[in-house]
Amino acid sequence: MSFKEVNRSVRKIDGIGLATGEEKFTEDYYEKDTLVIRLMPSPHAYCKIIEFDESEALKVEGVIDIFSFKNVERKVFTTAGQSYPEPAPYDCVIFDDVMRHQGDKVCAVVAIDEKTALKAMKKIKVKYEVYEPLVDFEKYDDPESPRIHMEKDKKQIIPINFIPEKNIASEVDAKVGDVEKGFEESDNIKEGEVFTQYAHHCPLENPSCLGSIDSRGRLVLVTATQVPFHVRRIVSLATGIPVRMIRVIKPRIGGGFGNKQEALLEPIVASIVWRLKRPARLVLKRDETFVFSRTRHPFRIRYKVGYNNDGTINALKLDALQNTGAFGVHGLTVVSCVGSKILPLLNKIPNLLFTGKAVYTNLPAGGAYRGYGATQGYFAYTQMIDQICEDCGIDQADYYKKHCVKKGETSPIFKALGEGKPGHIFTIDSCELPQCIDKASEDIGWKEKKEKYHFKNERQKGERYLKGIGMGCFMQGSSVPYIDMASVYIKMNDDGSFNLNMGATDLGTGSDTVLSQIAAEVLEVSTEEIIVISSDTDVTPFDVGAYASSTTYLSGLAVKDCAQKVKKIILDYAQSMLQADTEELECHDGRVFIKGSDKNVSYSDICTSSMHNEDLQQIQATGSTMSKASPPPFTAHFAEIEIDTWTGNIKVLKYTTATDCGTAINPKLAEGQVEGALVNGLSYALVEDYKFTEKGTMLNKGFSRYKIFTAKDLPEIKTILAEDSYDETGPFGAKSIAEVNINGPLPVISNALYNATGKRFKKAPFTPEYVLKVLAGEE
Amino acid sequence: MYKNFKINGKKIELRLENDSTLLKALRDNGFTEVKNGCEEGQCGACMVLIDGRPVNSCQIFAISVQGKEITTVKGIGRVGFPSFIQEAYVDAGAVQCGFCTPGFIISTYALLKKNPNPSEEEILEALDGNLCRCTGYEKILDAVRLAAKRAREGGRL
Repeated sequence: MSFKEVNRSVRKIDGIGLATGEEKFTEDYYEKDTLVIRLMPSPHAYCKIIEFDESEALKVEGVIDIFSFKNVERKVFTTAGQSYPEPAPYDCVIFDDVMRHQGDKVCAVVAIDEKTALKAMKKIKVKYEVYEPLVDFEKYDDPESPRIHMEKDKKQIIPINFIPEKNIASEVDAKVGDVEKGFEESDNIKEGEVFTQYAHHCPLENPSCLGSIDSRGRLVLVTATQVPFHVRRIVSLATGIPVRMIRVIKPRIGGGFGNKQEALLEPIVASIVWRLKRPARLVLKRDETFVFSRTRHPFRIRYKVGYNNDGTINALKLDALQNTGAFGVHGLTVVSCVGSKILPLLNKIPNLLFTGKAVYTNLPAGGAYRGYGATQGYFAYTQMIDQICEDCGIDQADYYKKHCVKKGETSPIFKALGEGKPGHIFTIDSCELPQCIDKASEDIGWKEKKEKYHFKNERQKGERYLKGIGMGCFMQGSSVPYIDMASVYIKMNDDGSFNLNMGATDLGTGSDTVLSQIAAEVLEVSTEEIIVISSDTDVTPFDVGAYASSTTYLSGLAVKDCAQKVKKIILDYAQSMLQADTEELECHDGRVFIKGSDKNVSYSDICTSSMHNEDLQQIQATGSTMSKASPPPFTAHFAEIEIDTWTGNIKVLKYTTATDCGTAINPKLAEGQVEGALVNGLSYALVEDYKFTEKGTMLNKGFSRYKIFTAKDLPEIKTILAEDSYDETGPFGAKSIAEVNINGPLPVISNALYNATGKRFKKAPFTPEYVLKVLAGEE
Repeated sequence: MYKNFKINGKKIELRLENDSTLLKALRDNGFTEVKNGCEEGQCGACMVLIDGRPVNSCQIFAISVQGKEITTVKGIGRVGFPSFIQEAYVDAGAVQCGFCTPGFIISTYALLKKNPNPSEEEILEALDGNLCRCTGYEKILDAVRLAAKRAREGGRL
């Protein structure tokens, strides 16, 4: 396939604006008279307000008002930024009299500045009835464990098995064949269990929202969100403000990674600004971001697998228990993805049983996070495949190549496991995973090093530093079929340029650029001719937002569809201007030519004519696309590591990835997605964790105590994009790339640790303390 | 109160309080290119140059740097006339969300001003105070190498 504008690393259209600091983020929009909102954090993990006296605080000069359960109408909703009806329990309200985790909001103080707000906060007198918190999620249903959501008005709006009397936020299962029969027919049975930890997205921009009232009395929210249209709907539901009175604008966003797929701050800001009719902003501090905004769900994952001596798996039982924290927001969909984004990878296992549960605790709420459950699930799955291969004496890379899903195949899981409802069957149109495996394994020297470093090999015995190598293969999806939708509007300007207005939400990923390239490719102009406005609910048509690796694929399809309609109108005009049949025409360089001749008319003349001369009309079109498939991107990961057996420190020496994302619309930005996800995954595997007291208070909220990788921590990284992958269902062959690569580091490093030491590492993260314990046989 | 400062080569009066951090004073007076990422001196998003040295502006009081040369990322280059360092960041694909980018550019500027031919270790050392969650740093390292090359080829700092 040869392209002009796509599959090319054009510069990011907002790059210079960002590099010069001229582009604006939410926090940069405020005016001097903008009020400051600060949230009063709950001091306890589980408590109820029995006395609330704000009278002294209201006397502080500069305090405007205090908002709490006492004066804000109670309406249940979910903050989860998902399509309606959300597969999440309605267990959130703007202000409650029950606090369900340390740092939960007691009330909001509105003042002329931050100092005044904090001064007033100290004068609010609150008496709490303090309850013993539930912090161990495995004890969710113990008789002595407290029940966390016993409020009368909570509800589910579609069946998600919400059982609050058992602390179950939601439950899901999926069954293919008969696992028990499969186990009976197997030569070998293995069982295992892994645990993953809390982690935070750490977008450099904290969650932030600015509200104001415009000259027509409407509420305008400028907000750091991945989901502007969901935010508008949820704000309306939570506050009663009609949708027509709300405008949501997404400016530049300082990273999301799922953290901002949540209407977390907007309902609070909306209720305050709507009542005060004055501009106000709420920007979380970094320590608040860790506990008050959403996190990566911790999991316990158990498996039982039956396989023959040749490695063929007959039956697999996978059970995922998820700690959803204080709210059930993305609980169900994240737990579903443990199955749905993993089980189709080796699609020929005849008997499968997947069970998943999201359970409440008095800890920070989990939410969407790049990888979305697949990251946690692959830790168990990839280790399991490694065990089978080691047991049967089969090379892991060969095993994946043999058993992985191929073009033209499908998986029963696509249908059996959707997001809140049954899924939809579709056929895999592209899979270059074998190519990825070959390229990455050759780059790192897999086979040779695997033998050389293997713990059974005597060479390394007694050495302080042990080397090891591990691998794994991963997939994700591209959008959620029959749930996700994107739409766009394109109009032509009289110089031959085009406005592209779309709901799609660029969080820094580069989607404004990538989608412009797609429009330019269809319209046969250079990408600079495309002027983008995205994510303003007054100006742009609907898009579900930036999540589920959907933007390039699904919003890209909508852009392509819309641009094709515009091009057809252009050709209709050219046909009459050039006195030729449409079939005789071709476009390039902003002109329409009669094929094989120099006779042509410029886009500029066509548009000018359409506006001023003949058959007057605005050349324009809309496009709207619903997702009908979710073609998985695939990736093969290999890591070479060195363990210091004296200190327990793990050094990753080299990490190679090879990814099949279909056509890379912008290869440099695609590589950036791979490397960003990979390094986030490495940091998660090795250092990131929440430390809690027994009472559920987080001890390390802040970058000085919650460390993430810096440039100095990097291994040697090699990023390979597969060649000649083209998915017919996607725009110019594109699939997605944003999430899949975060799934690799944790399981791949655990396999490398096994290769080096012969021990299985089952609890993330692999800190030096934990590594030493495992080496000493204490874990 | 109002105090005089020298920012990006110009004298300017800032409205501030005696305990305002430099970050707060700058942002409150419209220098929003200086980003607030953590207010604990860990992320580098708020970096500015003070007499040519990169400093986390959240960690110092504004009034302590009166009379010193303060440079924000806009003092290095602006839309329409960006510095070659800013161009290098865009060319290398080092800008994703861009929230951390002003701080990285400040660090890069300070490094290359001192040493237009930095070793890999010197680059890593120079960037160690800046966090980025989008890029995985690989493209940022490419950007610094590219900017260094352009500095050696006569890029003006």
